[in-house]
Amino acid sequence: MRLGRVDFGGVVKEVNLAFLPEADIGDFVVVHVGYALAKIDPEEARRTLALLAEAGAAAEAAS
Amino acid sequence: MKYVDEYRDGRLARSLAAAIARAVDPSADYHFMEFCGGHTHAISRYGLEDVLPTNVRMIHGPGCPVCVLPVGRLDAALRLAGRPEVTLCTYGDLMRVPASHGMTLLRAKAAGADIRIVYSTLDAVRIAEAEPDREVVFFAIGFETTAPPTALAIRLAAAKRLTNFAVFCNHVLTPPAIQNILESPDVRALGRVRVDGFIGPAHVSTVIGTEPYAFFAEEFEKPVVVAGFEPLDVMQAILMLIAQVNEGRHEVENQYVRAVRRDGNSKAKADVAEIFELRKSFEWRGLGVVPYSGLRLKEAYAAYDAERRFGIAYVPAADNPACECGAILRGVKKPTECKLFGTACTPDTPMGSCMVSAEGACAAHWTYGRFRDRQRRAP
Repeated sequence: MRLGRVDFGGVVKEVNLAFLPEADIGDFVVVHVGYALAKIDPEEARRTLALLAEAGAAAEAAS
Repeated sequence: MKYVDEYRDGRLARSLAAAIARAVDPSADYHFMEFCGGHTHAISRYGLEDVLPTNVRMIHGPGCPVCVLPVGRLDAALRLAGRPEVTLCTYGDLMRVPASHGMTLLRAKAAGADIRIVYSTLDAVRIAEAEPDREVVFFAIGFETTAPPTALAIRLAAAKRLTNFAVFCNHVLTPPAIQNILESPDVRALGRVRVDGFIGPAHVSTVIGTEPYAFFAEEFEKPVVVAGFEPLDVMQAILMLIAQVNEGRHEVENQYVRAVRRDGNSKAKADVAEIFELRKSFEWRGLGVVPYSGLRLKEAYAAYDAERRFGIAYVPAADNPACECGAILRGVKKPTECKLFGTACTPDTPMGSCMVSAEGACAAHWTYGRFRDRQRRAP
């Protein structure tokens, strides 16, 4: 069974990769009770932040 | 931490709050339920209710695994732990949940029962391997996020031909609970809460995807927005829900696109399908008996089913009559409307399950919200 070492903001824990075999070194993953469930998509993460900033900027411009 | 801190940015939160204030129709009311306890916790911890317009109300749903476990199932686990040959392995947050007669797993452990806290299901399998003379039972609770790890542990135990490992399965499913909140006939006693839209769970959706919510969006004409657990995620989801309500739409949208895919995690889903099947019905604390809402082990894995192996009979047990957890879990009452809240019931001496888990509505309000109540009351 594939295990990985995951850094939680300084605390490193062993995490089971059975449900995320494609996880690779350097990836960011969502972990629940010791198992990686999903990979964070950096491009989507960037787009979400851009959308947030856009919504906020529109509100500020209007006020 | 990357991908966490940027979604907690206070300045951005304030401008998003302004965007929400601009988006609401002042003549309308918006009632949104965050199903998942992780969101309840985030809303309380970051004080999101303070920055929302007064006509946007968040209703805290039943998506807290510890909170919805009925007392009767906990009593059964305590009976199991009382058997001298049994080692009961459990997630830590169950230890202080009150069962019948004020008993808890923690008290049973203090009285000599062999109860051990594990971080992951694999720890329980390791204990069974290392201690072949013990009957190791994993007390499995939780939603679609914790069911795959339980399934994997059973698969692993089977592969290792362990004969001293079993699972006391209490896994429950999110979609039937949402449906229950929307249409159950037995809500009459508690009243029905108006819900105009749902914030869909974050981690659960990484497993099941966004597809299972399509039914609610269509059948009940309620918008669903799957959201991440950070405060900006929740605020963006609220903004998306407001837009849907204003435009008369009821669709499934995904705010948590950085982690949730439409079809979820196929490997995790396949493991669950291999090991588990639906129970005809399962009792939830707060929701009562909900059809097809729980999982049990398939016949092929009966050897790993603690209920079959130890002949566990389910005896329903009543909650403390003064405890309002039932109404609170449905969003019908607020924690402060319970007589026990903050008096007999605090996180140190929880009477009801909503006070036990950090994800519970009462514990979240006690920890982060009660100071605001006091400020509001002050002249």
